[in-house]
Amino acid sequence: MARLTRYVPLLYILFLMLPIYWLVSMSFKTTNEILSGLTLWPQNFTLENYATIFTDSTWYMGYVNSITYVVLNTIISVAAALPAAYAFSRYRFLGDKHLFFWLLTNRMAPAAVFALPFFQLYSSVGLFDTHIAVALAHTLFNIPLAVWILEGFMRGVPTELDETAYVDGYSFPKFFVKIFVPTITAGIGVAAFFCFMFSWVELLLAKTLTAVDAKPIAATMTRTASTSGYQLGLLAAAGSLTLIPGAVVIYFVRNYIAKGFALGRV
Amino acid sequence: MAIELQQVTKKVAGEMHIHATDLQLYPEGFNVLLGETGAGKTTLIKLMAGLEKPTSGRVLFGGADVTKLSPQKRNISLVHQFFINYPNMTVYENIASPLRVAKYDRKEIDRRVREAAEVMKLGPMLERRPQQLSGGQQQRTALARAIVKESDLVLLDEPLANLDYKLREDLREELPRIFADRGATVVYATSEPTEALLLEGHTATVRQGRVTEFGRTEELYRRPEFFETADVFSDPPINSGEIRKEGSRLELNTITWEAPAFLRDEPDGPYRVGIRPHFVSPREEVESPVELVGKVLVTELSGSESVAHFTTPSGNTWVSQSHGVHPFQIGEDHKFYINPAGFLYFRTDGTRVSAAAEMATL
Repeated sequence: MARLTRYVPLLYILFLMLPIYWLVSMSFKTTNEILSGLTLWPQNFTLENYATIFTDSTWYMGYVNSITYVVLNTIISVAAALPAAYAFSRYRFLGDKHLFFWLLTNRMAPAAVFALPFFQLYSSVGLFDTHIAVALAHTLFNIPLAVWILEGFMRGVPTELDETAYVDGYSFPKFFVKIFVPTITAGIGVAAFFCFMFSWVELLLAKTLTAVDAKPIAATMTRTASTSGYQLGLLAAAGSLTLIPGAVVIYFVRNYIAKGFALGRV
Repeated sequence: MAIELQQVTKKVAGEMHIHATDLQLYPEGFNVLLGETGAGKTTLIKLMAGLEKPTSGRVLFGGADVTKLSPQKRNISLVHQFFINYPNMTVYENIASPLRVAKYDRKEIDRRVREAAEVMKLGPMLERRPQQLSGGQQQRTALARAIVKESDLVLLDEPLANLDYKLREDLREELPRIFADRGATVVYATSEPTEALLLEGHTATVRQGRVTEFGRTEELYRRPEFFETADVFSDPPINSGEIRKEGSRLELNTITWEAPAFLRDEPDGPYRVGIRPHFVSPREEVESPVELVGKVLVTELSGSESVAHFTTPSGNTWVSQSHGVHPFQIGEDHKFYINPAGFLYFRTDGTRVSAAAEMATL
């Protein structure tokens, strides 16, 4: 029995890693090998798929576009959420609780609901197929999320800190930038991480609001698959690469996320 | 600097937090605000700091009206009960921060920070972060930041309440010396009467949003003008009872004793008596004490002192505090002796029948 339990985590990790392994291993195979049957590892190891992605601008620009609007979105979301979360954590005002809840309900609406009005709106103001369009569209669900996460972290900072700073002579903006923001870097890290991830994986709005110039990588992947037959190896390589930004961001905020969990806000 | 509150009130959501208060702080020594938690000490401090605006009334600094002046412009310092420091800065930067905001030059800042750190015994900690310090050192950092600025008014809101017993004693001893030559008016809020007595200076007793009395700490303790003051300024709580004056005799239930000279000319009728617990002893220590029998409810021993809570025949719970260890039987009747010098006589409206009679000891 004791022996069996030892293998449980091992099995768990194995099952967890299996699809990822499959994706990565596929990316090193040729499309013919993938279609010809089951192989556990690449028989004819090839870097051809990756070479295609890094040399063909229709491929690598997908990544550049995605990263551009995701980073833009993260910056806008966190910058807008910081003062909002401060207000919710520090002031009591008429309807504050309702407003906070209403903000959260924005996360509950499916993106598909907004796809059409956004498309029409952005087209008419000339924002269609720009990075900022996608970045703004994604703030719809990312700002509420960031406000919610940041509010939790800010509530953990005693108001006495604000008072001490005012008495010491700090003006509000100076206090906010020099003392308050550095105090909640963990919260900002967690909020930025979630904004990044949600914007990175969101496909529907990103696809609807772009055509060529700001086309995200996920859109590139779906379209390539339908033109010249199934280039499965290429797709697997593209998929493997999309995992990397998320993994990098997770690495940087891994310690903060535990703190976010402790606050019940993640 | 002369700090004054004139008819200051504070109303929050229709509830009076501070009733009309006049208070003129003494420019030297400590001005202690003594009162229970929730009495309004912190609100008073925030009103002085400008962190809260009074609903009505004025705040004067050196004769000038600062009621509408923001805390940034008042040249004050504030230390909270919780150890509040800027977590993103080193101890050095924490202490330097008020000077940096005021744009002092680098050399002057360095000199003042090192001096303040020396006084607060933080010399070796300067490069650390506040979280890496013990609670006592964190509070020392906050205090250093309060003295480095050379402000006109230093507000200490129960600065020692969250410290360990030993650290608290050390700091309490140091504080009056640290502030002695700085020319700042110091306000010190505390909920412990003993702490007020140990700090030299003046005390204002606060209860339910009112300053009941303000005066020299020792005077206030010995000769409170109001029963409420005596009640706030007593630990363990003061014993009180309804008495009747008939001619030259005073009567508490069935016990009678001779009225002191200053009471003889007062009209007959009901009075209230207040007796601090250390005037009630299970031993006959003074000549002609007032004797009282009470049923012992709870006893506390603290090495050199015995404290007993007992019910008087009229149903009040009284406390006796005496030197030495006294064997009490819980639930048994014991005889207690009250030193008549310890009686504080109040009229039914709570004002004291003023007396020249001083108490023998504190």
